[in-house]
Amino acid sequence: MSMAEALLGDRKSRLPRLDGIVQWLLPAAILLVWQVVCSRGYVPARVLPAPTDVVLAGWKSLQSGELVYNIWVSFWRAVVGFLIGGGIGFAFGLANGLSPFSDKLTDTTLQMIRNVPHLALIPLVILWFGIEESAKLFLVALGVFFPVYLNTLHGIRTVDPQLIEMGRIYGMNSGELFRRVIFPGALPSIFVGVRFALGIMWLTLIVAETIAASSGLGYMAMQAREFMLIDVVVLSILIYALLGKAADSVSRFLERITLSWHPAFQKH
Amino acid sequence: MQLSLRVFPPDVDFVPPAKLIEQARKARRAADPKLEPRPGGLALTIRDLRKSFGENHVLRGIDLHIPAGQFVAIVGRSGCGKSTLLRLIAGLEPATAGSISFGENVRAEDVRVMFQEPRLLPWATVAANVEVGLGRQRVRHDAKVRAEQALTEVGLHDKRAQWPRILSGGQKQRVALARALVSRPRVLALDEPLGALDALTRISMQRLLERVWSDQAFTAILVTHDVSEAVALADRVLVIEQGWIAHDVEINIARPRRRGSADLAALEGSILQELLKEDRSADA
Repeated sequence: MSMAEALLGDRKSRLPRLDGIVQWLLPAAILLVWQVVCSRGYVPARVLPAPTDVVLAGWKSLQSGELVYNIWVSFWRAVVGFLIGGGIGFAFGLANGLSPFSDKLTDTTLQMIRNVPHLALIPLVILWFGIEESAKLFLVALGVFFPVYLNTLHGIRTVDPQLIEMGRIYGMNSGELFRRVIFPGALPSIFVGVRFALGIMWLTLIVAETIAASSGLGYMAMQAREFMLIDVVVLSILIYALLGKAADSVSRFLERITLSWHPAFQKH
Repeated sequence: MQLSLRVFPPDVDFVPPAKLIEQARKARRAADPKLEPRPGGLALTIRDLRKSFGENHVLRGIDLHIPAGQFVAIVGRSGCGKSTLLRLIAGLEPATAGSISFGENVRAEDVRVMFQEPRLLPWATVAANVEVGLGRQRVRHDAKVRAEQALTEVGLHDKRAQWPRILSGGQKQRVALARALVSRPRVLALDEPLGALDALTRISMQRLLERVWSDQAFTAILVTHDVSEAVALADRVLVIEQGWIAHDVEINIARPRRRGSADLAALEGSILQELLKEDRSADA
């Protein structure tokens, strides 16, 4: 191994670890400034509690079991709502991308509904479902539906027609054509939809839980506000941020393993 | 003693491991002679073939017989209908009138097309892309072996596990050629397959095409706008003008043909002159 190779090899092996650290530098710096500002008393504790106080509140809540319960409830609502809404959106995207008749039949209607902000339906949803689980699931599913639907449809429509013609020439039947050409071709776009949907999923859930719920992270934050427990309010917000990041990481991971052929996801 | 000096064009990305290819051929013949019949080419008869797109009459009555195993090149100006003729022969589009018959029953795998674009699946490895070419034979147990043999034949065996995106343009076209050949077609329709390649890669691809054609004896129909390519490769050059076959030229020059030789150049010149006649009459 030459000197240059040795150096390059070394750099390659060191880079990923550095990359992993770099993305957390800014959050750490913000945390540090926050702590200093609070403990020096520049900001009164009833406006913004210090990170240490938030951690303490988290610890207390963790010990009482309340925190784990509320996170679990919110997580369950997010996942189930996402699966229902995403599944239906994916199914409609497939149907309308593959069948012109289905597209003619449903697309106009769906585009009309899409332009209604789904959070505007909260009053109606409370009237229909009360503050039961189904109200939250309905809102999350509705919010998640559109990004998944639109991007699945777009992905299928933009599959290279030359590849489809190639598949036909080489004797693929409709099933094979879908499995080997259309679906893999639409996958990058479907993932874009999924990542959009994950953002909307948390947003919807927070709003729904703060307005109408008797458990969950949003409910926890609202309860804390009632009793002026600002550290718990901040704690809930931070947990939302972490959960959002976790959801994004999961979808990135899925993209990396399923789209390794794609130039945008190649490993360096 | 006579010394013959053969000057090869520089091989840009085409380095066929000649020994490997020979071994693969032997192995294929030895493996199972029944499984790999050498069917040879199919003869092709076209009668009064017409194709219109609305008011636009692209083909106005083509009559043509191509004997089995012939290498036919079709040249013409852009928009003359040469690509349409090829797409009709390959069964990609229905004819408006007239008939194309192959003399005997053909399976779907007997006629293969190669396009100007490689049309490889970006999400499938090179070997999986070649396996696509087996069509309905893909389920057979030897699919993988055959795909690898076809890749060896085009000199890309070592790239079998790669994604297509890392290949050069010429390599992608060679994968497309392997995919077209893996089902042992009896007719190979080529729609300007080398049109997008640089000059040196084109020359090495032409030699590859000529080699597999003489090895497998299929009927080759090559649409090209490059007259020198047509006369270098084909037994016969058809000149199409405004939906008709204007000229049908036999190329009786022994193979291997030497590029740039006087007789090839003379033929090329006369065909080009025919193609450019329109311009001159317009100028006058």
